[in-house]
Amino acid sequence: MAEDGKEESVATDDDSELTAADGTGSLNNTMVDEGSTLLRRMEICVAEAEKRSGKNAVNMQETFTVYLIETRPMDALAEGRNPAPDSLWRRYSEFELLRNYLIVTYPYIVVPPLPEKRAEFVWHKLSADNMDPDFVERRRVGLENFLLRVASHPVLSNERILYHFLTEEHGWKEVVYETGFQAKADSRLRALSATFRVRNPDKRFLEMKHYSDELQSHTSQLLRARARVADRLYGVFKVHGNYGRVFSEWSAIEREMGDGLQSAGHHMDAYAASIDDILEEEEHYADQIKEYLFYAEALRAVCRKHELTQFELEMASQDLISKKQQREELATGIVRTFSFKGMTNKLFGQEAPEQREARLKLLEELIAEAEDTVKEKTAECEEHVEKAWVDMQRFKEQKDKDLREALINYAVMQISMCKKGIQVWSNAKECFLKM
Amino acid sequence: MPNSPSSMVNQYRLEEDEEPQDANTKDLFITVDNPESHVTAIETFIMYRVGTKTTRSEFDSSEYEVRRRYQDFLWLRSRLEESHPTLIVHPLPEKFVMKGMVERFNDDFIETRKKALHRFVNKISEHPILSFSQHFKLFLTAQDLASHRKQGPGFLSRMGETVRAVANSVRGLRSRPEEFGVMWEYVEDFSNKISSVDKVTQRIIREQKEHLDELKQYGPTYTQWAGLEEELEEPLKGVAGCVERCSKETEEQIHHLSEVLVPALHEYVLCAETLKAVMRRRDNIQAEFEAKNEALASKKVDQEALQEEVDGLADRVEQANNVLKGDWSRWQDSMRTDLKSAFISTAEKNVEYYEQCLAVWESFLLSQKEEPGEQKEEEDAAS
Repeated sequence: MAEDGKEESVATDDDSELTAADGTGSLNNTMVDEGSTLLRRMEICVAEAEKRSGKNAVNMQETFTVYLIETRPMDALAEGRNPAPDSLWRRYSEFELLRNYLIVTYPYIVVPPLPEKRAEFVWHKLSADNMDPDFVERRRVGLENFLLRVASHPVLSNERILYHFLTEEHGWKEVVYETGFQAKADSRLRALSATFRVRNPDKRFLEMKHYSDELQSHTSQLLRARARVADRLYGVFKVHGNYGRVFSEWSAIEREMGDGLQSAGHHMDAYAASIDDILEEEEHYADQIKEYLFYAEALRAVCRKHELTQFELEMASQDLISKKQQREELATGIVRTFSFKGMTNKLFGQEAPEQREARLKLLEELIAEAEDTVKEKTAECEEHVEKAWVDMQRFKEQKDKDLREALINYAVMQISMCKKGIQVWSNAKECFLKM
Repeated sequence: MPNSPSSMVNQYRLEEDEEPQDANTKDLFITVDNPESHVTAIETFIMYRVGTKTTRSEFDSSEYEVRRRYQDFLWLRSRLEESHPTLIVHPLPEKFVMKGMVERFNDDFIETRKKALHRFVNKISEHPILSFSQHFKLFLTAQDLASHRKQGPGFLSRMGETVRAVANSVRGLRSRPEEFGVMWEYVEDFSNKISSVDKVTQRIIREQKEHLDELKQYGPTYTQWAGLEEELEEPLKGVAGCVERCSKETEEQIHHLSEVLVPALHEYVLCAETLKAVMRRRDNIQAEFEAKNEALASKKVDQEALQEEVDGLADRVEQANNVLKGDWSRWQDSMRTDLKSAFISTAEKNVEYYEQCLAVWESFLLSQKEEPGEQKEEEDAAS
């Protein structure tokens, strides 16, 4: 999917898994060598997948798949040398851990999504089995795509945890946990609450959030409909295989018609068989659309983060205002708003001046703190808005280019299928003419 | 008036030397069209117009137009079968349709039946013997067929024949001549195979219809998405348009299958039954002869009269066999021609289908290769 990583790997002999077929070249232009992204310095690929067995956290036997990540320094390749790649094995859950780390650490970045954990939008032939070799293969491609996207991102590629992920097989998990990123994660509840209660979110982010919702909805509808069409098309092709069988039997009882029928039957068999490859190729297109279905979630997460920081700023500002108001009331004795203190003052008489002084002093301290908090939150909010806006623009451009390429690819696939159809039926016609 | 067996044999032998009727020698042109509902106090039925143009001398006029209902076709066919028990008379479309028919006078049903009736009369007109049948002439020319239908062998005499035939077949055949044994086997196999091909074709149509339904839902998902996008709006709409156009092509392909391949296959499914009936009748004629022949050997009563009857039956057997043999090869040629043509037409349509879809997607690709600005100019110029 990333042209850079792919070109070199096709040129080498051991990265045979990667061929032009699986990467559909949609990231030609988007994996631009910006600055000194990691991808510029290092060639990365997910070369293989293997089944392993082991004991899991609750000491039960499980089977899982591991993926081989191979890396080679770009400068060595540029010099024409062909060093053996460094490699390590990682399983899907480790990729997930990496991504979670990135999401928490860079809440203003639209973090590239992982390929789906379980097969969704299946049509009947594709098993929903995670061990199915076709699924594993497509997931391998998806994981590689994820790494290439992250490694070419102007911000994410500099993350040392990423570098460790690619180069240190053991102890990586511990390093990640040691960062304490999990503590920084926003609670779901807090985020949700902010979404409902925020008063003045940046309009652009509101629009982006709305866009991400729509994108998610449209892409999933498209994927669902496509899977149903694939299912039906499969049925049409396979039934033609029955022609093959019947024509063959029929040809046995005919004299003049026999040869024509028999050979036409063979073409019908070929036609029926051709659908498997056609639909497998289409799955790659579906994967490209799926990537953006999942990207929508990442985009929404950035918008939600904005709502959260904005909300916290609003809360802090509100807190400062109310504290200032309290000070004013205390200072002037005029009660503008109802307060319990005011009530008790009215009922039991005002407090002593010394007590009031003490309280005023405390309030001043609290106000100073609150002012710092507001400054902090403002900076946080503004920083997030600024950085997020930049990355959302980058994402938008990437998305437009990638999806346009995906659509073009889809058209190419359809054309290929039509050409095959023309071939088969022209052949069949020739056979019928001989009847 | 039934011809004597010997004159019929002579007529057949004459026909054998002639060229089969083709476009150049064809002198009888018949069309069946214009179905119209006919309402009486008792019933409602459809009348079809049967138009004839001919240069044959047996016909008083060169053009005829009559109205016939399905029952009239049934009458014609049973007359033809009666007069020529071992000729292969093309089948008629079925009386009733088993599945899914709500109304007997549904437009599609009438249209399909009309076409089948047209093919029926044309098959008869192309037959070297049947086309010269008096019944056929009556069918084509008589304004009031009903009065003629009342003449001829009555219901009871037909019943008698059937009873005799059943009685004879119960007695069984001594031995079937080998060539007819081979024919029987072929007919059974053919019947199975043609039914299978018919079923497969029906299934393909069903699957394609479901495929079409899903395509119709699929295209709009691109259009809906396009509404959300800016840069992507145009290519998304492009794909939606392609899917829609391919849907139309799919619809046409289904239509073609239903109009061309299905009727042809269906006719030969019915033909297979006709063939079986012909073979049974031939067997019965032989059985009748054998029965009488046996009686001749055992009975002492009136040997002379019986001998004459037996000789007559022997002639009948020989004639029936010859007639069938001749018509058999004729039928096989006809079957091969008809089915070959239907298969070729189907293959051609499928090629066309893929060619059209190919063009649709290629033009989309072309539109994507151009700059968006250029494309807009093209659109403006085209509008």
